[in-house]
Amino acid sequence: MAQRGIREYDAKRILAKHMRRLSKGTFKYRGRVALVTPDMSIEAIAKRQHWVKTEKLTVKPDQLFGKRGKHGLLLVNATYTEAKSWLDEKMNSTVEVGKVRGKLTHFLVQPYVELDKEYYLAFAGHQEGDYIHFSAEGGVDIEANWDLVTNVNVPIDASIEDVDLTPILDSVSNDDRAAFRDLIIALFRFYRRLQFGFLEFNPFTHKNGEFFPVDAVARLDDTAHFLCHEDWKDVEFPAPFGRELRPEEQYIEDLDEKSGSSLKLTVLNPQGRVWTMVAGGGASVIYADTVVDLGFGDELATYGEYSGNPTTEETYGYAKTLFDLMIRNKVEGCKVFIIGGGIANFTDVAMTFDGIIQALEDYAEQIKEHNIKIYVRRGGPNYKAGLAKIREAGKRLDLDMEVHGPDMHMTKVVSIALKNLEGGR
Amino acid sequence: MTKPDYVLFDKDTTAIIFGNQQAAVQRMLHFDFLAGREKPSVAAIVNPSGGRKGLMKVFYGKDEILLPTYNKLRAAVKNHPDADVVINFASFRSAYDVSVEALNYPSIKTVAIIAEGIPERQTRQLIVLRKKLGKWIIGPATVGGFVAGGFKIGNAGGALSNLLMSKLYRPGSVGFVSKSGGMLNEMANMIALNSDGVYEGIAIGGDKYPGSTLVEHLQRHEANPEIKMMVVLGEVGGDDEYEIVDAIKDGRLKKPLVAWVTGTCAKVFPSEVQFGHAGAMARGEAETADAKNAALKEAGAYVPDSYNDFDKLIHTVYEDLKAKGIIEEKEEVTPREIPVDYDPGTMRRTTNIISTISDDRGDELLYAGIPISEVIRDGYSVGDVISLLWFKKRLPKYVTEFLELTLMITADHGPCVSGAHNTIVTAMAGKDITASVAAGVLTIGPRFGGAIDGAAKYFKDALERGLTPRQFVDEMKAKNINIPGIGHRVKSVHNPDMRVNLLEEWAFANLPKHKLLDFALEVEKVTTAKKNNLILNVDGCIGIVFVDIMHATGIYTEAEIEEIIDSGALNGLFVLGRTIGMVGHFLDQKRLHSGLYRHPWDEVLYMLPSETEVLEYFDTGKKR
Repeated sequence: MAQRGIREYDAKRILAKHMRRLSKGTFKYRGRVALVTPDMSIEAIAKRQHWVKTEKLTVKPDQLFGKRGKHGLLLVNATYTEAKSWLDEKMNSTVEVGKVRGKLTHFLVQPYVELDKEYYLAFAGHQEGDYIHFSAEGGVDIEANWDLVTNVNVPIDASIEDVDLTPILDSVSNDDRAAFRDLIIALFRFYRRLQFGFLEFNPFTHKNGEFFPVDAVARLDDTAHFLCHEDWKDVEFPAPFGRELRPEEQYIEDLDEKSGSSLKLTVLNPQGRVWTMVAGGGASVIYADTVVDLGFGDELATYGEYSGNPTTEETYGYAKTLFDLMIRNKVEGCKVFIIGGGIANFTDVAMTFDGIIQALEDYAEQIKEHNIKIYVRRGGPNYKAGLAKIREAGKRLDLDMEVHGPDMHMTKVVSIALKNLEGGR
Repeated sequence: MTKPDYVLFDKDTTAIIFGNQQAAVQRMLHFDFLAGREKPSVAAIVNPSGGRKGLMKVFYGKDEILLPTYNKLRAAVKNHPDADVVINFASFRSAYDVSVEALNYPSIKTVAIIAEGIPERQTRQLIVLRKKLGKWIIGPATVGGFVAGGFKIGNAGGALSNLLMSKLYRPGSVGFVSKSGGMLNEMANMIALNSDGVYEGIAIGGDKYPGSTLVEHLQRHEANPEIKMMVVLGEVGGDDEYEIVDAIKDGRLKKPLVAWVTGTCAKVFPSEVQFGHAGAMARGEAETADAKNAALKEAGAYVPDSYNDFDKLIHTVYEDLKAKGIIEEKEEVTPREIPVDYDPGTMRRTTNIISTISDDRGDELLYAGIPISEVIRDGYSVGDVISLLWFKKRLPKYVTEFLELTLMITADHGPCVSGAHNTIVTAMAGKDITASVAAGVLTIGPRFGGAIDGAAKYFKDALERGLTPRQFVDEMKAKNINIPGIGHRVKSVHNPDMRVNLLEEWAFANLPKHKLLDFALEVEKVTTAKKNNLILNVDGCIGIVFVDIMHATGIYTEAEIEEIIDSGALNGLFVLGRTIGMVGHFLDQKRLHSGLYRHPWDEVLYMLPSETEVLEYFDTGKKR
């Protein structure tokens, strides 16, 4: 799919497995990290990892958001007992981070490290290579002090050993240069070989050949799974904070994984009155744009797409999931359901519409009961047959349905549909 | 003829398709036919999981044609040096390797990568490679693109109905570029409804790192005098659109440009939602759709307020260019009529069987294109007829002579060999000629008469690998394989097989070079030193001399020679020759009015188990 954030816990756990090898024995990282979840208490972890009880601890949520200190979600230099009671208090609590509300469910526990010096290191990919960003003045305010960061580009086909790191090494003390060079090269190899898109340690330090990353942010390119799954050690790709997958989204994700086609679903507002089922990655965005542009952004129930010629069965599964969500809340007036799409390249419109029609048949009574008005616009291979079939199904099932082909502007159907609803622009 | 740099595809472009994509190939050929191309745009297909070589059957108009397929890209590129495009349908697992290979062939200029989900690092490596080599990549994660009336990539442009609706069979004046492949057809149609249509449409793909960028294609469109205005459909995420902004500002793009960046909805989504496209994710304010639309507008592009108004704006800009005389009215072209699969009125049927050797439909029967009257009047020999029907070529006289020689030599070998014996026994049982001859033919195989192919194959392979005769013999011994074509039940060094001598004599007299026969004779020296009946036998000699002949003609490539051997054509010579003898044995038995044959008891060794041994496990299932 794309670059996706992974937990700090996973990033560090995986790094620990590779550090010695990738640094050719010059560095070690003990990887003393634990993940506390609703199913894995700190007590249970302490039985296997004794440092949890013997060391002073740092505890923080590990759910793909940063600035945890600023949100009062960072516990440092704590004893086991302090950590335990802090976790008891925070676990399953709901907090607001930025404009997102979500439940805290995953916490990283690691030994507290007293830093005498805070360094910053990040690797970030761009088209022609990868940047190494380094600063000897790391810490929380690095973005505000970006002028203190040294940037070195590693061209995509260059080997890290051949890159001149002098600009970076100039900012550290003389007797520390060789160690920093080894460390940066090892971490860069880790970043490149394990197909990260982004990897940041801020702050970090090192002492006697041991690496101490206090905080890490990492994004992996999940499309590289087929190359790296062994090195990744069962890494998890959690949903962004506040975006835990609903069972329906999980179902579509499973469907997508098993399919050669593309099926995506994000539930935005299940109380919303505007529902869409749009074919194609490009067209699905444009339909959502148009709903937003016409002032119904807050009413948009889902974002999603089905594309790449899914089977009748897969399309049926997708449509059924939407209807199932659609009929959970009753609203005053009506809801609209837009079955949209551009002119397909190779998706068979008739075959995919067969799946939608099956779902319409299953849910016909509820669709009428909830006063759902259906608007169809589609083109592509076999579209005439597909449109004729769905039109016939609409009549047969006595549904409130309008069907259009490619002769009508793609998003016109959105403005027609939204006229049924009050509000908007 | 060299094309200008800004032309990637035109009416003469031909492509190699990597992947067994019959439907996509068929769509390309539909397009080719509609557009009135002189020859199909698909030069060859590479089916990596298929057999060694074959043919794909597709419609070109209402006729079926055959396109060559290979199992290696290398072979396709070598045999089709004019094809300068590879359309890579390999999966995300192997798309990278295939693309690297394709880019490295000098004759390939452009690679279109269809797969979605290629690791970003691999794509970035491909981009560096293609820039170093001065080549083009379209994709990954795209359907490709098309030049109206010229060439289309795979499934781009969609079904026949859309090619007609969007008038893709003839060029318009608009250059179109988008990220989304799925929107390519939709936009082509929109442009066709609001202008004189698309000249070229390219979808660069929705990945974060596209193999070529929007602005690179726009610069080609800027350079192309046939393109009068440009349309761009961008997307939230990345900074591609800012390259367009820069290019407009510094004058690299001067033609009127209508643009829209999708993803304006992202601002109302509560947290990060990954759109269908990998690259569609704004990191920072500048990458949002709103910011990009504003920047494009500020630079001087035509930007609507919403996608809903995109069509009207394209129409306005087009009409304006027309009013200024920059775009001239073109005469409409009527596309060639094409039968449509789902229209019963003009429906085509795919055929079930392909025949490429004979045709009985015309005035006269054709053998591989030669009318039967010519075969008879021009004095074709039986060997000539075999060469027409088996090899689809009239082969030189010394070859047809050899074919006839083998038929004569293999015609019969007495009543005791298994084929003739079976024919005789069947005939004595009162069966007819077909059953009797078939009973004999069915014994031909690896132990009887069928070693011709095997001998040709093993000896040829050993010679090509540079083995010495002794190494070859040792290797076969180590593998525990009897060397096909070596050994005889009764003939030996002291009792030579005259038939083999005759074949050898013929080869020495008629072939300037006979490397494989020379090698085989050396092998024979090694094997007969071990046991004196391990001589080169008649099957082996036919197979080996035939390989020397195929080399001597210079007609066949190594690959084709191997294909002929693998197809069983050489064993066919024995089947055909020996049938003469079997028919003879059948007729002989009929003339003699022979009765039913019963094998005498004393010729059979009877060795049955005892009753206890047989019943041992019957009662209890356990041993008594």
